[in-house]
Amino acid sequence: MKVRRKRTGQFVEGVVIFVGFLVVWWLIVVLLKTPRYILPSPFIVARALWETRSFLWYHSLITLIEILSGFIIGIGLGAILALLLSSSKTLQKWFMPAIIISQSLPIFALAPILVLWFGFGMSSKIVATVLVIFFPVTTAFFDGLRRTEKSWLELAKTMGASPTSALIHVKLVAALPSLGSGVRVAAAIAPIGAIIGEWVGSSSGLGFVMLNANARLQAPTCFAALFILTIMAIGLWKVVDFAIKRYLFWVPDTNRGS
Amino acid sequence: MAHDNTPLGILVHDLSFQYEGEYLFKNLSFQISPGSFTGVLGKSGIGKSSLLKIIAGLIKPDHGFVQGTSGASLLNQIAYMGQQDLLFPWLNISENVCLGAKLRGEVADEKRALNLIRKVGLYNARNQYPASLSGGMRQRAAIARTLYEERPIVLMDEPFSALDAVTRSNIQELAYDVLRDKTVLIVTHDPAEAARLCDTILVLEGQPAQFHAPLRVVGTPPRPLNDPHFIATETQLMHILKAASHEG
Repeated sequence: MKVRRKRTGQFVEGVVIFVGFLVVWWLIVVLLKTPRYILPSPFIVARALWETRSFLWYHSLITLIEILSGFIIGIGLGAILALLLSSSKTLQKWFMPAIIISQSLPIFALAPILVLWFGFGMSSKIVATVLVIFFPVTTAFFDGLRRTEKSWLELAKTMGASPTSALIHVKLVAALPSLGSGVRVAAAIAPIGAIIGEWVGSSSGLGFVMLNANARLQAPTCFAALFILTIMAIGLWKVVDFAIKRYLFWVPDTNRGS
Repeated sequence: MAHDNTPLGILVHDLSFQYEGEYLFKNLSFQISPGSFTGVLGKSGIGKSSLLKIIAGLIKPDHGFVQGTSGASLLNQIAYMGQQDLLFPWLNISENVCLGAKLRGEVADEKRALNLIRKVGLYNARNQYPASLSGGMRQRAAIARTLYEERPIVLMDEPFSALDAVTRSNIQELAYDVLRDKTVLIVTHDPAEAARLCDTILVLEGQPAQFHAPLRVVGTPPRPLNDPHFIATETQLMHILKAASHEG
């Protein structure tokens, strides 16, 4: 009962925020009398969404595939990299600067090169997404792997655990909450890589739609694409958050109360 | 992994150990007889926990060695209980009790684990996770996990210090009862705990630390709180500890 009431509460909260956002948007348009090529009203955008639905659906699907593929590959690579780094000080010494450099270059600067190397299609966007995502995953997971409770490892040792067994059953599991935080951040920023990749060079995807619509002063279409992208980002974050809370139920959450 | 259940004593020979450049102890030798319940007392920072970790094989001494009284190595002969219960939050009580089997890649003997869980009074909580248990219940689970290991020697590092007085007293009785046939070495800073549970009490004093002459306690543990031997021993221990802290 309590859980259901809490869920209903969250749903109502979400609806209120969404409706509130639309009302503020509409008020700005009405009060400031913004021209529709600068800021169209929510109704105009809604109509654009409906009228170009099959067109938007096709491009949304492409962006979604890019985001999800990049997300999954990025998390996998990020986690593997963290494991490698935590396994050897030498690897840490040699790899860490390279990882930092990869992050100090803005993805905007890299995107054209990625398009050059991986082509106009989806692969360059997936690579861009991976590049954006792996860093928070690697750093968070690596941090978690380094901070295993020492006494847990000692206990495992007195129980006759091999180093591999201690890694799998103690260190890895104990670091999952940290990996979870990294994955949450990754979920929030995943669309960035894909969209930037599409802006730089593509013939499909929501980024392409936005760029095209913008060039033709079709603000309603541009906003419709942005709206879909927002829904996608929120949806991805919600799914990830739900999965993390469900599988890492044992992590103390001070917000949840006891 | 089958373990011999016959008691095995501990022989510590000429042990020296430095921490941050200073000797915690130097040329320390002593023996713990098989099947005894021995307490190690001393003020904080004197090296009690380090001594226990050396015996457990977790840290290496700078000099000297530790072995069983039979002359054999203590490898896989020791179960260790730390200052916290060290239950894994992602495992329920049954799984925590069988942790050793999981870590060694063995199939867990669930029937035996359940018997032990029943023995420590946690049968109804066997499927619960540590976060939902009280401190006393968690410590009970840690005792069951220690028993599951079937090791002849049990080392305890202030295992009950975080519990409230009544719970502590109950858990002490339980621990004594279930560890009766083992060689137990318990590190504590509480003279009452040592006076209640131990046959022999070793007090560490000075730097590098040396043992005060071992104190043998009369009567069968766990001694009732009004037992004259318990009261006399506790008083005597307080005197020794106070004298030691004046010297230090």
